[in-house]
Amino acid sequence: MNEVSAELQQEIERQQMDVDIACVGFGPAMGGFLTTLTREMSAHPEDPALSSKAAPGLPLQVLCYERSDDIAAGVSGVVTGGKAIRASFPEIASAGIPMMGPVTQEKIVYLLDPIGASRRSAVLRAGDAVLRNLLRVEHNAFELPYTPGFLEKHGGMVMSIGQFNQWVGTELMGSGLAQVWPGTPVSTALFDGSEVKGVRLADQGVDRKGNPDAGFMAGMDVHAELTVVGDGPVGAVGRSIDRKFGMPNGHAQHEWAVGMKMVVELPEDTPLEAGTVWHTFGYPEPEIFGFMYVHPDRLASVGIFVPSWLGNPGRTSYRYLQHFMQHPYLWRYLNGGTMRSWGAKSLAESGANGEPFLVGDGYARIGEGSGSTNMLTGSGVDEAWATGVQLAEGVVELLRAGKPFTRENLEATYVRRRRESSVERGAQAAKEARNGFHQGFVRGLIGMGLAGMTKGKLSVAANVRPAYKQIDRLKKFYSRLEPGQLEKAKQEAASGGRTLHDALMDACGWPEVAYDGKLLVTQQDALLMGGKVQAAPGFADHVIFRDHALCAACEERTCIAMCSGQAITRGDGTMPAFDREKCIHCGACLWNCTQSADGEHSNIEFRAGAGGLHSAEN
Amino acid sequence: MANIFHIAVCASVVPDPLQTLEPVTGPTGPGLKNEMMLPAVLDPWAASALYEAANLAAAHAGSKVYLVTLGPKAKVQQVMMTVAQKVPFELVAVDGPLGGFTDAHSTATALADAIAAIPGLDRERLLLFGGWESASRGAGATLQIVGERLGVTDQFQGVDQITVNEDGSFEVLERVEGGKHQVSVCAGTPAVLGWATGNLPEPRNNPQVGMANMRGVMPALQKAKNVKLNANGLSYVSVSLPKQQRVTRVVRDVPEDEIAREIVQWIAE
Repeated sequence: MNEVSAELQQEIERQQMDVDIACVGFGPAMGGFLTTLTREMSAHPEDPALSSKAAPGLPLQVLCYERSDDIAAGVSGVVTGGKAIRASFPEIASAGIPMMGPVTQEKIVYLLDPIGASRRSAVLRAGDAVLRNLLRVEHNAFELPYTPGFLEKHGGMVMSIGQFNQWVGTELMGSGLAQVWPGTPVSTALFDGSEVKGVRLADQGVDRKGNPDAGFMAGMDVHAELTVVGDGPVGAVGRSIDRKFGMPNGHAQHEWAVGMKMVVELPEDTPLEAGTVWHTFGYPEPEIFGFMYVHPDRLASVGIFVPSWLGNPGRTSYRYLQHFMQHPYLWRYLNGGTMRSWGAKSLAESGANGEPFLVGDGYARIGEGSGSTNMLTGSGVDEAWATGVQLAEGVVELLRAGKPFTRENLEATYVRRRRESSVERGAQAAKEARNGFHQGFVRGLIGMGLAGMTKGKLSVAANVRPAYKQIDRLKKFYSRLEPGQLEKAKQEAASGGRTLHDALMDACGWPEVAYDGKLLVTQQDALLMGGKVQAAPGFADHVIFRDHALCAACEERTCIAMCSGQAITRGDGTMPAFDREKCIHCGACLWNCTQSADGEHSNIEFRAGAGGLHSAEN
Repeated sequence: MANIFHIAVCASVVPDPLQTLEPVTGPTGPGLKNEMMLPAVLDPWAASALYEAANLAAAHAGSKVYLVTLGPKAKVQQVMMTVAQKVPFELVAVDGPLGGFTDAHSTATALADAIAAIPGLDRERLLLFGGWESASRGAGATLQIVGERLGVTDQFQGVDQITVNEDGSFEVLERVEGGKHQVSVCAGTPAVLGWATGNLPEPRNNPQVGMANMRGVMPALQKAKNVKLNANGLSYVSVSLPKQQRVTRVVRDVPEDEIAREIVQWIAE
């Protein structure tokens, strides 16, 4: 058994600490929450309602724990409308945040397949032929004549979430009214019946299985009247609450994607203007959406989203990203560029369908893990920030009213604000927008267009299955290969010559990537050059293979293919191997697993762990 | 009489050496590309000194540890989020420029002035700690000059260990050539100890230590005095990083000895 027994956990004596508000995960949502709350505290220092019960005589004691070793680490370059962020910071454009600038031009671009390896339907191939032969499109790409309103970000800004988080964190810490502690993973919420009473920090000084080892320090129990959960879609605390209370009727987190990107320093003579925003679709596989955002100072974020509905069991974000960058439409600008950083994360794409219980006695959830991301508009940062602001306003209202943080009171304040906001209106419009993709790429586009133009009134119906069921079996997916090619690829992988997914991509006609040492580098070099994985010693493995028999019988091994850091590899025996020192905490393994013991969850558990990718220019 | 130490640890804030660093020359002289964007850490050598200081203070009741750092307040604050969870200390912040392309004399003057102004500091009990060599591009002379400006003449560099005797004297192990230590006995404080790596592991993050430290960190940052460092005619002819060469290969079933042999051969080339 790959975990510490419940008995041992109970026997361990733990330090305890009382605070007023314990927060988990420092991202945009928590930035919005803490900014709004501390501003109110700063504006009314004598307000007794905003004084601490845990430490009488002091202001509210507000602590935020973050698992990565820096609040600027391991996140992503984005384009955002930024409405909620600018409501908090009207002067943000002149704040001097690196990599931030206004959107100057937007394009939606359909990328044709210049190689012939992409898995395209007959309809798409016919469409591509029309574009090539009749419309004579250049660079194997068709620029849509206009950007649909629901995708438009004009008036918004491109930015780096890493730099933005760093700036917000500095402002917060400067106030002295909230403490943000990076490098401190939280293992679970603390439950007392139906109430959340705080959080338990992860044990330190343990072996890989979590057993006490040299320098053992039991994770502290932090008791709080309110626990704010903003630890994202794969966060341990949010997931512990889901396990305890389940999901609202009809809700499930079934749709996912890995967003993987590089920050590229463009060649010195680049003609691309800062603020240029391209959204792409059609290549390297039709289901894979891509983007390029040009930041000031000749930097660009370039990346792709590999969704769960791409049935390919051998899907691999890294190699797809390399082929994406080499598409002629992009490569004409990227060729000669240099990678400055690289990273990946899981995105919860179910939106309102994946919304958990937003509040309960003693807790509230904000941000992406609370289902705030709008997958119709492709926007999540601003929505996350808005949910944090809404919670802070609700919290202040309750504190001033002298009311406790019960489910009913949080419903009446935070949830009410959220339901009345544009976040909720957007979430409802987007709710079924992507269903069509589960029935094919073209249906997906039609469904998305319908939902976008009718604000969600029309869409394509679909049965969205759990993520593990969205992955096809090897034989089915690769049925187009010549007889024997699949077996040959499997043999190559079994002999250790190369990974199965690489062998399969070769078999499908994807050319070998010619590494240039600057932008096109091996996946391991991307880890070294694009950021540094931090894995503080003394923490347990956070990726757990639950039922070993299921893993042993698994033929697909999608967990290996989709592991962004190559931290999961073919093991020596029947089990995959996990190397914590390569894990970038993207969480892709959680949903890139074809096996399930309970019919809902995959066979991989993703627990609290310290560190992850430390990549500054994200 | 109990041995009580007042330990001032000089520590610079530097870009995380794990990041890709690229020297550039700007209007004010050499620097690193996008330096303000890079995550910062405590100079790893000085971090060792801090942990040694905390260990020493813990063993001698009544002792105090002051962390004295010069850098932009925002960066120091960022670094404190991590460092303040490690060991108890009192922060003495000096608001100044980022990086180590500064004149050692003016840097040392600013640090020495800050230490001399610490309320309650007993200079007879002073142990001045810092990194022996710096990751901050300093000249390697700063700590020595700080000591001299404070009138501390017993100085040790490349220290890996000190052992305090009951009479207040202490034995110092300094690194010397050939992988050996020079053993000295110092009659007592005050003294300067420039630390090598020491023998202590990085302490675990302790939330209670963090809470206690943070009560002093924010006020220290708020009252940090701004200093401008004089170049004193210092100019840099050239700045470069050690040459890096990366060759990645995936191999299986190769004996460890063979891998080691190849690496040695590669380094030798």
